[in-house]
Amino acid sequence: MSAWRRLHVKVRRAHGLFTSRRVTEQYTWMYGPSTLGQNLSTGKPLRNDFFKELEAQLAAMRKKAADALPGSSWSPFDINPNLPPERADIVIIGGGVMGWSIAYWLKQKERVREGVKVIVVERDLTYSQASTVLSAGGIRQQFSLPENIHLSLASADFMRNINEHLGVLNEDPVDLQFNQSGYLFLASEEVAHIMEENYSTQRQVGAKVTLLSPTQLKEKFPWINTDGVALASYGLENEGWFDPWSLLNAFRRKAMSMGVIQCCGEVTDFKYTVSMMTSPGGDPVVYKRINSVKVQMPKGLEYQMVECAIVVNAAGAFSGKLAEMLGISSNPKDTIAGTPVPVEPRKRYIYVVHCPDGPGLDTPFLIDYSGMYFRREGLGGNYITGASPKEADEPDTSNLEVDHQFFEDSVWPRLAYRVPAFEKLKVTSAWAGFYDYNTFDQNGIIGDHPVINNMYFATGFSGHGLQQSPAAGRAVAELILDGNFKTLDMRGLGFRRIMAQEPILERNIL
Amino acid sequence: MAASCKSLYRCCQQSVCHLVARKLSSSRSVSPPPLHRRILLFLTQRFYDLEMLLSWRGQLRRKGIMRKNAYYDFTQRLYGSDIAAAFYILSLKGGFRFVGQSDWFRADQRGKFNWDFLNHKDTPLEEVDMSYTVINYRGLDNLEGQQSLRTLALRGCPEVDDWFLARLHVFEDSLEELDISHCPRITTGGLAALRNLKGLRRLDLSSLPGISSPGLVVILLEEMLPQCQIIATGYDYSIKQHGGEEEVQR
Repeated sequence: MSAWRRLHVKVRRAHGLFTSRRVTEQYTWMYGPSTLGQNLSTGKPLRNDFFKELEAQLAAMRKKAADALPGSSWSPFDINPNLPPERADIVIIGGGVMGWSIAYWLKQKERVREGVKVIVVERDLTYSQASTVLSAGGIRQQFSLPENIHLSLASADFMRNINEHLGVLNEDPVDLQFNQSGYLFLASEEVAHIMEENYSTQRQVGAKVTLLSPTQLKEKFPWINTDGVALASYGLENEGWFDPWSLLNAFRRKAMSMGVIQCCGEVTDFKYTVSMMTSPGGDPVVYKRINSVKVQMPKGLEYQMVECAIVVNAAGAFSGKLAEMLGISSNPKDTIAGTPVPVEPRKRYIYVVHCPDGPGLDTPFLIDYSGMYFRREGLGGNYITGASPKEADEPDTSNLEVDHQFFEDSVWPRLAYRVPAFEKLKVTSAWAGFYDYNTFDQNGIIGDHPVINNMYFATGFSGHGLQQSPAAGRAVAELILDGNFKTLDMRGLGFRRIMAQEPILERNIL
Repeated sequence: MAASCKSLYRCCQQSVCHLVARKLSSSRSVSPPPLHRRILLFLTQRFYDLEMLLSWRGQLRRKGIMRKNAYYDFTQRLYGSDIAAAFYILSLKGGFRFVGQSDWFRADQRGKFNWDFLNHKDTPLEEVDMSYTVINYRGLDNLEGQQSLRTLALRGCPEVDDWFLARLHVFEDSLEELDISHCPRITTGGLAALRNLKGLRRLDLSSLPGISSPGLVVILLEEMLPQCQIIATGYDYSIKQHGGEEEVQR
């Protein structure tokens, strides 16, 4: 500003010099060479200047006034355009596939245009560390809990008709690059009976799964070593893998076209009111209600308090940490408010291996009873593989570095034992991703928190969040807008089971 | 004379298209959509009403296809699953042949068909030709009971996609010939599901636009289905020429 003013003065001075010389020539014959005449004469052209400037200034003023009229985005203060709005109805924390799915379903279910104002807060818009895009991207129905099978079936149905749901007018249709190859679970002698029970549950719910004996398995997949396999189950339909990034982007594109606001920032604090109540037993219960969410901008100290009615915690691996900000786990353990959200990040490695002699196009998503899995990646003889480590040697979750020794020690031996063709392979690349691991019972938490009465959870899916996101998002949207579940009854996956300490465990064969 | 007029007309039309294209200056490098499409695009970006109307049109279209592919529950209860399947095929303007018969039942161009098939109660179908119909995943419900189906032709069906192919496992014991040529929505991901059809003897994959590297896919499919004869014509396998062209462009 001051520099501009200096420039202005300089110009005026120069102007004055120029005019004064001309005027002195005119007036010297009247007044003689006097300093006074010089000063007076310089005033006149200056006044001319003023009127000339006035016109320009009036035009600028008119423009500014027009800008300040309602309906324009102008404001007298310098505002960071990336800041979220001050008020919203629903703030979704976590812009992964779950968060965007909830946002989409909320908008889909609203009765009038702009009926609910939804903000999705995401920390990293490049998604460089997001669980969504670093996952293996599989979908299966081979669970043991009916809730999980239902969620997965509904999600498969969503993906089948994805362009009806997520197609945006005048844009390219969504291509998930879905690979229709079933999951193949292999069970050993000890767990074969669990697999049989799971199979009957799955058939009952409506999943197309078949059981294979070792002989049938060998006939169907001749490249498998069936030693130690007592039973196998193979998904015929609605199973396979897809590109997680395409699904995330499709959700995001559709939700934003419907008016969801995306905001890059991190939620660092909540403002909440506390009220005391007594339970029927006479114990005091502290109720909390979130009034606003503090969204910190990624660079600098700028932040915005977003006033909101409902907060959805879809922060995946970090949702436990987010809930701690509300003081959930600082209370004594045995009270209701002291029940922590049992979700923590776990690190999993995925290795890309190249093996030209591998099983080729008929590779299923194979999951061995030892915890090893692999699937095909593309058509060029690449496979991706990994394994879940033992509970005792969980890797450190502070970074996303890959432990290549783990492949040598735990993955490759099992892989080569199951499929002898993989004895000759080359690891071409590897990455690590976070898993939103539910330490309580390894199943998703869908529903509201008992004592924070406007925070909803959609987290803790422990690795099957991506495949269940379309149906889980719909369930959360129903819970928020309709008050209860309409299409799929997900009450079993609510917070109540954690309070009552009744885990609903997936009866895995691993 | 007429031909020259036509060419002149086409020239004019093209130049108009180019003018409009320049004005709209879309960033995409692929061939621009026709003029009326672009006008609609222009209007939908400004008017919600038009966007709404267009989405309704799409919904109506989808609903129509869904209605045509609905489950023939009533027919099934009255006449049994075989007649229901036959009726479904004929009302979609397809054709079929019963087991142990040599003549086909077909619907003509206007959808008219001979009702004599009602006399063949409880005779399963052996060959089904659904070429150029709107059969989709839902419509397979009607054919699911046909356990002696040996030939299925789905040439040029716009609604046949990967999920449809994945569902063909219901015929895994019987199906011997499958024709899925010219289906625009089939991709490589769906072809992997054909592994469940272990009895397949003949597979026609000609001119599938959704397949990116047809040469490799055909080789992999032959590896996966060793006793199956795979027909794949209509692809440009000339890799060398393609690379040469790219170099010239650079």
